[in-house]
Amino acid sequence: MNEPDAYALEEALRLRERHGGEVVVCCAGPARVQQVIREALARGADRAIHVQDDRLAAADAFMTADALAAAMGDEKFDLVLTGLQSDDLGQAQTGVILAERLGSPHSTIIMEVQAEGDALRVKRELEGGWFQWITMPLPAVLTIQSGINQLRYATLKGIMAAKKKEIRTAAMPPDLQPTQQIVSLAVPTRAKTTHMIEGSAGEAAKDLVRLLREEARVL
Amino acid sequence: MILVIAEQRDGRLNRASWEAVAAAQAMAGPLPVKVAVLGSAVASIASEIAGAQVAEVFAAEDPALSLYTPDGYAIAVRAVVDATTPTFVLMPHTYQTRDCAPSIAARLRKALITDVTGISGTGADATFTRPMFQGKLAAQVKPLGEPPFFVTLQIGAFRADAVQKGGHAPITPVPVHLDAAQVRQKPEPPFQEAKQAVDLSQAERIVAVGRGIKSQENIAIAEKLAKAMGAELAASRPICDNGWLPMERQIGSSGQTVAPKLYLALGISGAIQHLVGMKGARTIVAINKDADAPIFEVADYGLVGDLFEIVPAMLAELEKA
Repeated sequence: MNEPDAYALEEALRLRERHGGEVVVCCAGPARVQQVIREALARGADRAIHVQDDRLAAADAFMTADALAAAMGDEKFDLVLTGLQSDDLGQAQTGVILAERLGSPHSTIIMEVQAEGDALRVKRELEGGWFQWITMPLPAVLTIQSGINQLRYATLKGIMAAKKKEIRTAAMPPDLQPTQQIVSLAVPTRAKTTHMIEGSAGEAAKDLVRLLREEARVL
Repeated sequence: MILVIAEQRDGRLNRASWEAVAAAQAMAGPLPVKVAVLGSAVASIASEIAGAQVAEVFAAEDPALSLYTPDGYAIAVRAVVDATTPTFVLMPHTYQTRDCAPSIAARLRKALITDVTGISGTGADATFTRPMFQGKLAAQVKPLGEPPFFVTLQIGAFRADAVQKGGHAPITPVPVHLDAAQVRQKPEPPFQEAKQAVDLSQAERIVAVGRGIKSQENIAIAEKLAKAMGAELAASRPICDNGWLPMERQIGSSGQTVAPKLYLALGISGAIQHLVGMKGARTIVAINKDADAPIFEVADYGLVGDLFEIVPAMLAELEKA
């Protein structure tokens, strides 16, 4: 599970504990993502929707969001939480595009969620230690920042219970096309030459202290 | 045409906007570079930008743009894009852009390439480099479909001081027609959580710890090293999220940005959100057990190994002198 998504799931479970209702896990991906869905169900989600298609393994944010929106539309969810970005592509787009497709207002990089009746008040992180409270009507979509809460892990009881929970499989809409193409992938080129200090821990530490004193002159 | 969306708050342009102008000038080729600035009163910022080598500056003003909202900015940026038909729209990859750029791209159904660190080729043939797997890989990406193509630029990836100045660009107002009822988010004024007691930006040396420190008890060894080196102690985000060190000691995009003489990273993998906060340091030392950790990309000195063996050895060595 993507790390920011794990925090989004945890926040959903906590909101259910405070307000009642149901937590549904939605995932768009090939068959192998069932493993992640099972993990979410074991942590406490009530049921799941899996948009299953092999093309989703290399989808861009538009395809993922469109696939999710098609499967989620009829559910009329009050609140949709996503991680702020994925650990692999890291585009930080899917949640916001999903909000557009669902016709919901959104806010991103959220560090606290307060639900009050039909209104939502959220604390959004800005740069450099600044924050801002934002109010918006429900239904809404939020992208959740890592560290918003303390994660729980699946218990044995949760893992057993997850086996009986419903996973609805949905098909991806047939006409989805990517909006960008990865031409090539490479290990990043180094911005500077790194002097790698070899040897045992003792030798390397000794060399490092000497270099910091005599070469870099920073000690 | 390449359109840059400049970002301002309280009448001040941020540095990242200049970086975006520099990137636009570098990739332009035959395409003219134009800049749009949005807000409730942007005249002085527009004339500041008009002093750069750009073809035109657009001023999109509306009272509803005084405090940023994603709906307000999505509508306003779209109005500017519709009125000016650019090939590329460049935006700095700030928290504000991350909030509104996907909305704009989604409404127009156009490609959005985010967190770009490099551009090769010029004009319509440009290819964009962006990180994947948290910086472990770099992807070359091209937009598909019809322009405009939206691109967001990683903070610090382009140099603000490389902007070509000496221009006298005309300033053109662009009507936005923003109905306040279209803005669903109601923002409150920004605030800081705690008074920042420690100003790490002034520290000459910093020892920073990451996940590799493993437990709160182990912070003590990093603290000892910091003391022996005359350094301030800092941390990457997960350490502060866990409460092992206070938030005010966090380095990175959501914490402080620092440029000390010496930055020693202990068990920090180097996620891009951390790197943007420290890569301006003069000398960077990385100690990590994972030889593939991205932190080594920006390090001057690297040690692959167990920090729990290396740090005590360093302490012994520092005490000798």
